[in-house]
Amino acid sequence: MTRIAVVVFPGSNCEYDAAGALEQLGAQTQFVFHSATSLGDVDGVILPGGFAHGDYLRPGALARFSPVMDAVSAFADAGGPVLGICNGFQVLTEAGLLAGALQKNRGLTFLCQPTTLIVSSTHSVLTRAAALGQELVVPINHFSGAYTCDDATYASLVAHDQIVLRYRDNPNGSRDDIAGVSNEAGNVVGLMPHPERAMSTLLGSADGRVLLEGFIGIGVGAR
Amino acid sequence: MVTAVTVLYVNYSVIVEVTLRPGIADPEGATIERALPALGFSGVSAMRAGKLFRFDIEAVDAADALTSAESLAERLLSNPVIEDAVARLDERTLA
Repeated sequence: MTRIAVVVFPGSNCEYDAAGALEQLGAQTQFVFHSATSLGDVDGVILPGGFAHGDYLRPGALARFSPVMDAVSAFADAGGPVLGICNGFQVLTEAGLLAGALQKNRGLTFLCQPTTLIVSSTHSVLTRAAALGQELVVPINHFSGAYTCDDATYASLVAHDQIVLRYRDNPNGSRDDIAGVSNEAGNVVGLMPHPERAMSTLLGSADGRVLLEGFIGIGVGAR
Repeated sequence: MVTAVTVLYVNYSVIVEVTLRPGIADPEGATIERALPALGFSGVSAMRAGKLFRFDIEAVDAADALTSAESLAERLLSNPVIEDAVARLDERTLA
């Protein structure tokens, strides 16, 4: 049984969706509050969406100083799977666990809509069960989702195959249509779209399943 | 007998300006600039939006205050990946 910690910051609001989606896939989940100094005995960590600490200053700017982030960093450094969804992605970039930054959307509007993603790399814990080039319909729900980085960082992301998901039709002005990136080792991943909201065709799309299945190790070949 | 060593701390008022680094897209600044002609303002260019923080900080002297403010700005007030931060003493201190 795979055990996943779902980190809860004051202002997180997707923790139940994330935990529910993982449990549908057979994982066991436990909430870990932002003030905790340990994640417990887990196989993976999710930083869910929401507005941690009200998104004051910048999204993720205050959350990165939450006590639990030391444990998340240590877990990531040890090779543990870490996934940041939406606000969780913003927290991971502010914490320096992922490169780049998320800026206000081009057009300055909050976007809440389905998007089509293209799997651009399968060398990550999120995309390892998907096929390269596979198209996935997954919704976005954000104001600050335009992925930004300098040229040197971008070149490094490309060189190490760290761009894991791209938008087919760039909705927010992200550089090179980037929707999700990983660290060099592929065990830390962040994405703006919400795979936990794409778990059932009845509710629009079940394409998030292959991503979360990969994250918890289902359908992953010899690696 | 214990001899106390007293370090005199003074409150310095500091201003930190945070702006997007050159080359980083600024949709807010661009939108403001585009709105200006409709209001009758012409000839305005290179508009960049940013943030200003004003606070008091205890320090032994002005240089110490600025060093602390710059460190604080680098670590929290700005995201060095996309933003520059400049700290300066507020006139209230200088007066």
